[in-house]
Parts: sequence; C-alpha cells; structure tokens
Amino acid sequence: MQSIHVRSTINGQPAEFLCEPRQSLLEVLRDVLRLTGTKEGCNDGNCGACTVEMDGRIVPACLVLGAEAEGAEILTVEGIAKGSALHDLQSAFLTGAALQCGICTPGFIVASKALLDQNPNPSEDEIRLWLANNLCRCTGYDKIVRSVQATASLCREESST
Amino acid sequence: MHSVQYHRPVTLDECLRLFDRFGKQARALAGGTDLLVQMRAGHCRNGAVVDVKHVPELNELRFGTSDGLTLGAAVPCYRIYGDATVSRAYPGLIDTVSMIGGTQIQGRASVGGNLCNAAPSADAVPALIALRAVCRIASVRGERELPVDQFCIAPGRNAMADNEVLVSLHVPPPPEHSGACYLRFIPRNEMDIAVAGAGVSVTLGNGTFRDGRVALASVAPTPLLVEKAGVALRGQPVEHEVIARAAAAAKAAARPITDMRGTAEYRKHLCEVLTRRALEKAVLRAGGTLA
Ligand code: FES
Ligand code: FES
Repeated sequence: MQSIHVRSTINGQPAEFLCEPRQSLLEVLRDVLRLTGTKEGCNDGNCGACTVEMDGRIVPACLVLGAEAEGAEILTVEGIAKGSALHDLQSAFLTGAALQCGICTPGFIVASKALLDQNPNPSEDEIRLWLANNLCRCTGYDKIVRSVQATASLCREESST
Repeated sequence: MHSVQYHRPVTLDECLRLFDRFGKQARALAGGTDLLVQMRAGHCRNGAVVDVKHVPELNELRFGTSDGLTLGAAVPCYRIYGDATVSRAYPGLIDTVSMIGGTQIQGRASVGGNLCNAAPSADAVPALIALRAVCRIASVRGERELPVDQFCIAPGRNAMADNEVLVSLHVPPPPEHSGACYLRFIPRNEMDIAVAGAGVSVTLGNGTFRDGRVALASVAPTPLLVEKAGVALRGQPVEHEVIARAAAAAKAAARPITDMRGTAEYRKHLCEVLTRRALEKAVLRAGGTLA
C-alpha cells in the first residue's frame, strides 16, 4: 500500500505525517498523531464530535481525508487553551456545567470558538443554528448555549475595558 | 482490502486525464460529505480518489450582470452564501446552500457534489432547475453543456460518462422583477433529509407571471421539473388562485414512494403546500404583490 507524505500546520506547529489514502483526518489526528482530543462519534458527518478548523472553517474531520491536509492549517481542541490557561469558552463550559460525559465537548468548543471569532455577539438563535451540526446526548443543549452566551458577554466586557 | 489511490490534480487538463485513465474507478472528491461515507461502506475499493478542489475551474465563483453566475463544481456552500453579490442575485440558491447539513458540512459540501450524487432528495437541485442552471461537463475529448433538469437520470446516477467531470454550473443573470425560493419539509429544524422540497422561480411584469418554474425534491426517482406548473403560471395574473393552480399541478406531478420519512400521500400534500408557499415568497422577492 502506498503511503502519502503530508505536511501541514497543526495547532500552529509544522506537522508531518504518513497516511494511507483512505485514512480520514480524524484517524490521522487520533491514531497517527495521538491528538485524541478530537472525538469520533458517528464517523459520517452527523454528530460534530470530530469538529476541527481547517483553513479557518470548521469541518467534520471524519469527512476529510488525511491527504487533504497537505498545506492546510488545522486547529484542534488541543490548540484552544493557551498553555495551562483554559480558553474562556472552556472555563465557561466548566462553570456552566455544559458537559456531562464530555464526548461532544471538544467539538462544541471548536465550533463555538469559530462562531465567536466571526460573530462576537450572536443571538441565541444564531448559536443554536451554528451548532446544529453538533449533537449532545447528555446536556439538553441549554447549558451549552448559555455557556457560549456567557463567553460572548465576557469577551465583550473585556474588549470594552 | 482497500487499495485506494489519492490524486490531487492542479489543472483541469491533468484532472481530465486522470478521469480518462481511471474511468469507472475514478471518484471525484470535492467536499467528501457523500464520498467518504460511501468509501467507508466499501463502495470504492481499488478506486482512484481525485481531489478536484485544486483545479481552478472547479473553484471559480463569479457573478456578472450580463454573464450571470459561474459556480465551480467544487465550491463549498459557505463560500456561496458568504458572497454578498451572489446572495443578493440568487436568494433561491442561498435558501438551499444555507440549509444543506449544518455549519461543518457547509464548510465542505459543494453544490456540484450535491448534483453529481444525484439523490432524489438533493436540496440544491430543484433550486438550480428553477433557475435554469446549465452544467458544463468536460472530458479529454472536449466539453458539452447539459441543463440541470436533464442531469440526474436515476437515484444516485447522473448523465455523465465515466471519463467526464462536472466543471461548473452556469446560472443566467436574474431577469428584472424575478424572484426564486426553495422550501423543504423536515421533521427537525436542521440537519435532515427533505421529506419533500419545492424550488421555484418567477418573473413578473404588468401584474402577470411572465415566467415561472417549479421543481420538486424527494417525490420521484430524480429531482422533478413540473412543466405543467410553469404552464399554469405563465401569462396569468399574479393572484393566489393562479398560484393555487400551479401548486395543484405540482401535487399531481409528484410520484413519491412511501418510506420511513413519509407516506406517498403525505408527500403529495407537502408538494402542494410547499409549492404554494415558495411561489408566494418568490413573488415577494420579485417585488410583486399578490392579489
Ligand atoms: S464523528 Fe465526524 S461528525 Fe460524527
Ligand atoms: S456531554 Fe455527553 S454527549 Fe454531550
């Protein structure tokens, strides 16, 4: 089997890996690069557990081939915190009890961050629509939505002071 | 055992030569939202995956008031609704690209891919048919054009030969006083497959429908252009009663199956309701008022 040599940037660092042509980016992240923060739920694009940012857009890593990462910039949940300091969204999810089993959480964090990056003041409807591709079996979503709202207002306060 | 190959052509010529070489084994990868699922189901063992996203012609998104829209087959949904000019010119297309999947899927999935996959439920296709979109198809032997309403020939099958590639879609410039709309019914708010869908376009003038087109999703083996609905509209006054006749024609033309998503009877009913509501919305978008 021919392996493909791929060069990309993952969480701001140059990354090189070998993958099989059929391997998804999700498999590469988890099994080859051991970045296991990104989760596998459905493996067919429905649940959003595998959400990563690729060249500035959130995508389901289970529907991207590892080979497609050539030259791309990838952001996974491991790249969201700054060292040991959690991102505001991560703190808000913790204090807002926006997770129970936690398997959906990395996907929600990456997707919510992408939303706040482009819309610092989303309405509840905009948050729910943006996150429609992320499923959670545990929380019932309300606490997730409220944690995103809390982060948004915190960021607005910080930027106005 | 899988022995899939991955190719990443950067010119159309290179891309067409790959399709010519691999024929039936070649599978175009744009957003991968259908292809990767099919690969996992074992559908393209020994296949050659051709990543078409780096071919400039398949990545083009261009609008001109006299040329209309050129939509490269691999352009993902988010780029279409992210383009303010295109959004203003083609609200009926925007309806579909902002409802296919969710944010992550829209970051990958393309209208061209939605069309090539040829699902009866494809949301983008009725809107394209209503807008009179034309496919530009190429192979090493040359190019041809095919109206979108002739592109899907059976569930999961399109009119292209094994060595052909869908390069782009072309939508004529929106006529003055025209409007379009796509509506679908799903039991959830987002992230579902249409039980039925209706894509329409209208052009108004002097209180009458100068033109009208209606196409349906999920109620036939392929997306369905309802010629009789257009006939019911053309030349008639912009009135609720005329819209009701077009909606009845859509209901009559639908030949749905009963499956887990809905009964045939329910789907026929939906065709009437969705066509009526989509036409009402298209009239408003065209700047008209309904008598
Ligand atoms: S694992 Fe990718 S969307 Fe569910
Ligand atoms: S916390 Fe368990 S699925 Fe979301």
